[in-house]
Amino acid sequence: MPERVAITGVGQTKYDTARPDHSIAGLCREAAIRALEDAGVTWNDIDAVVIGKAPDMFEGVVMPELYLADALGATGKPMMRVHTAGSVGGSTALVAAGLVKTGIHKRVLTVAFEKQSESNAMWALSMRIPFQPALVAGAGGYFAPHIRSYIRRSNAPDHIGILVAVKDRKNALKNPYAHLHLEDISYEKVAESMMIWDPLRYLESCPSSDGACAMVLSSEDAVTGDRAPAWFAGSAMRSEATQFAGRDQVNPQAGKDCAKEVYRQAGITDPRREIDVAEIYVPFSWYEPMWMENLAFAPEGEGWKMTDEGATAMDGDMPINPSGGVLSSNPIGASGMIRYAEAAMQIREQAGEHQIDGVRTAMGHAYGGGAQFYSMCILTKEKP
Amino acid sequence: MSATRDIAVVATAQSPAIRKDERRNEVEILMPVVHDLREKAGLTQEDIGFTVSGSCDYLQGQAFAFVTALDAIGPWPPIDESHVEMDGAWALYEAWTRLQYGDIDTALVYSFGKSSPGDIRRILTLQLDPYYLVPLWPDTIAMAALQARALLDSDGVTERDLAEVVARSRKNAKDNPNAQLKGDVDVEALLKEPEYLSPLRKHDCPPITDGAAAVILAAGDRAREVTDRPAWIRGIDHRIEPHSLGVRDLTDSPSTRKAAEEAGVGNGKVDIAELHAPFSHQEIILKRALGLGDDVNVNPSGGALASNAVMAAGLLRIIECADRIMSGQANRAVAHATSGPALQQNLVAVLEGDN
Amino acid sequence: MSVTEEEPQGTIVERPIRLDYDYTAGTAQSRFLKGIAQGKILGEKCPVCGKVYVGSRGSCPTDGVATGGEIEVPSKGTLTTFCVVNVQFAGQSVEVPYASGYILCDGADIPLMGLVQEVPIEEVRMGLRVEAVWADELGPTLNSIKYWKPTGEPDADYETYRHHL
Repeated sequence: MPERVAITGVGQTKYDTARPDHSIAGLCREAAIRALEDAGVTWNDIDAVVIGKAPDMFEGVVMPELYLADALGATGKPMMRVHTAGSVGGSTALVAAGLVKTGIHKRVLTVAFEKQSESNAMWALSMRIPFQPALVAGAGGYFAPHIRSYIRRSNAPDHIGILVAVKDRKNALKNPYAHLHLEDISYEKVAESMMIWDPLRYLESCPSSDGACAMVLSSEDAVTGDRAPAWFAGSAMRSEATQFAGRDQVNPQAGKDCAKEVYRQAGITDPRREIDVAEIYVPFSWYEPMWMENLAFAPEGEGWKMTDEGATAMDGDMPINPSGGVLSSNPIGASGMIRYAEAAMQIREQAGEHQIDGVRTAMGHAYGGGAQFYSMCILTKEKP
Repeated sequence: MSATRDIAVVATAQSPAIRKDERRNEVEILMPVVHDLREKAGLTQEDIGFTVSGSCDYLQGQAFAFVTALDAIGPWPPIDESHVEMDGAWALYEAWTRLQYGDIDTALVYSFGKSSPGDIRRILTLQLDPYYLVPLWPDTIAMAALQARALLDSDGVTERDLAEVVARSRKNAKDNPNAQLKGDVDVEALLKEPEYLSPLRKHDCPPITDGAAAVILAAGDRAREVTDRPAWIRGIDHRIEPHSLGVRDLTDSPSTRKAAEEAGVGNGKVDIAELHAPFSHQEIILKRALGLGDDVNVNPSGGALASNAVMAAGLLRIIECADRIMSGQANRAVAHATSGPALQQNLVAVLEGDN
Repeated sequence: MSVTEEEPQGTIVERPIRLDYDYTAGTAQSRFLKGIAQGKILGEKCPVCGKVYVGSRGSCPTDGVATGGEIEVPSKGTLTTFCVVNVQFAGQSVEVPYASGYILCDGADIPLMGLVQEVPIEEVRMGLRVEAVWADELGPTLNSIKYWKPTGEPDADYETYRHHL
């Protein structure tokens, strides 16, 4: 019989272009210590450690769990490192949750991080493959053509991406951890910013950030701390190949299947109504309307209307990314876990100025690779 | 450990280990292994509940290297899939955990790596503390040599003991069609070889290997549907030690000892043990830490001294144990996998047949 | 653990890493590149689904079986989608601004990535019919296709490529 899994502690670092005040170990510890403190436990109360991050080329450290074992209190314990590209923050949390769900461990610390200022993220994302010209200029260069396809398919008006960019950065002003605190962000500023990869502008793209996020996961009988936990009511991962004949690059099947599965587990039949807030992985503005459709919050072709009507704003009926999202902070390996942590914070009423009222059900979402790896969760206030 | 579902290895496959595959890339090496595996098990990808792999970007020289490997799997319709940037043995651990959820009955685990394209010694140096150790560029052989020196300087282990490990490995490998280095070698002749990186001689170090390996795990009754003689995983555990060589007793492997305890190695007679010891002296350390007597047949496959497909070598130890159990050659086996400099992290699995 | 004014900040060490790799394109990619060296775009078929994979990596990504055969497709096709890159990045081989996107050659079931030139940037559009402009000297590298230029044909009907987006 699977155990219930509780998130009893959440910790994040301040995200920034660079965190030269910490080594990689120090950065991870900043988040981990906050999570332990939030959970009211010490390193000794942790049975296992699961870390996750994106390609090692982002720091130039191969298999960093080896170097981090001491810093994360893992010596003498089981330690694993997950790598599922951009969705890794989410899948790391799910692997950690699995260790508790199965009764193997009572309390697991999970940490996801990226200190990409130490290497060159753009280089790592667009590594030259021999015999091929280097055409794809970074992640944005990969996704921009598919955004164009979405706009064409849905006949969405051109300004939708701008609305997302403004909304998420304004939300970020209420999140002390967020990297970008653009006090003077406005529709005009975004609209006038440079088109880096047409149709995507500079201010519609995520920053490159250093940061770490950590959570303490506990079995029901090992719950600690002063604050009620958030419970996993559903969790799933789905993957498909990067390129295959007839692949839908705009509304990938793996994403749809993953969402269906977490809704099924959590007993959700009308996601837009039953989910109170969603932290989803939107690194480029247009992915908000695209994911609204992929996650069945809106019918196909109509995701952009949710954005246009303000439904995804903090005061809308389906708040998306009150934390400011990936558009405001993107330590790539951590971003997925930050979504889950922020969803947990919404449930546990820890989100301070960006708290949505009355959250009982929250969604965490992460994607990676060529929009091919998905990792999602549904968290609830009530025990499932 | 209170996970209760019985999980077994029900099918395995591996590529013949070779020094350098100049024709095929990683996906092309992996593809026939996965096909062979599914054919042996009589399963299609749609029959598989969960898929997980182990591989290393830096080994391949490419970020997100594991992504193209998915082509070999054919992930359509979309699959429940994960990846660890670790040896396949840890991917197997994740699969074993996943099967404990109870909602699915089969899992596919694969790992692959070509050590020939890059400079494996320098790549593995990047596993070290990036601020204090890497700038000195101590390579994986140097780290192992420090450990070997500590062992030789301690109680009663001699260079002859190391040479005997090598000779046994090569001899056992003669019976392994997939092994790379095999043959009858004379201990005296080995001892006459010059030191390579003192006190290690070249043959005390692992070969450079390109290869891939995969297994299918199944739970309970499903396992018995796939094969008459599943290799049950009776216990599995892994532990990590402090990173710096300076704070560890390099002549011992406490993490292996602890993992062995948790996995229940001592609960019965051990017929065979496959130890992931890329360096000859490490077999001695591991055998002691696992509490294995001289009656145990160690590394009947030849072990990592005979073939060392980095990222698959640990999974291969589990495979070699499982194969011998499934064929009836052995009933109870211990498989070990390692990661990191000088045995920093270790995994131990106990496998058993149905007697 | 916060950093106070008295405590020193972490020190930054610059540590260059150089790693050399022998890259193997693999048998399938090698067949494709050898075709390119002869000015041909070759595809391979999946024996299960029958789709033609241009620039195949050797395995059908949906069926996980080896693709085979040698099907030449014309070096002419439809630009399905694209973006215009306006910022120079390290390691980029082309000068900005440039349009790069996906070209579905006639008869192929997956597109190739390519650069679009000899057309004003603002006229690059989904559905544009394009053909390859080959380099003067061909070799086993995709650099043998310098770029794709408009053929002058009327744009492809959206229906002909919308399932490839």
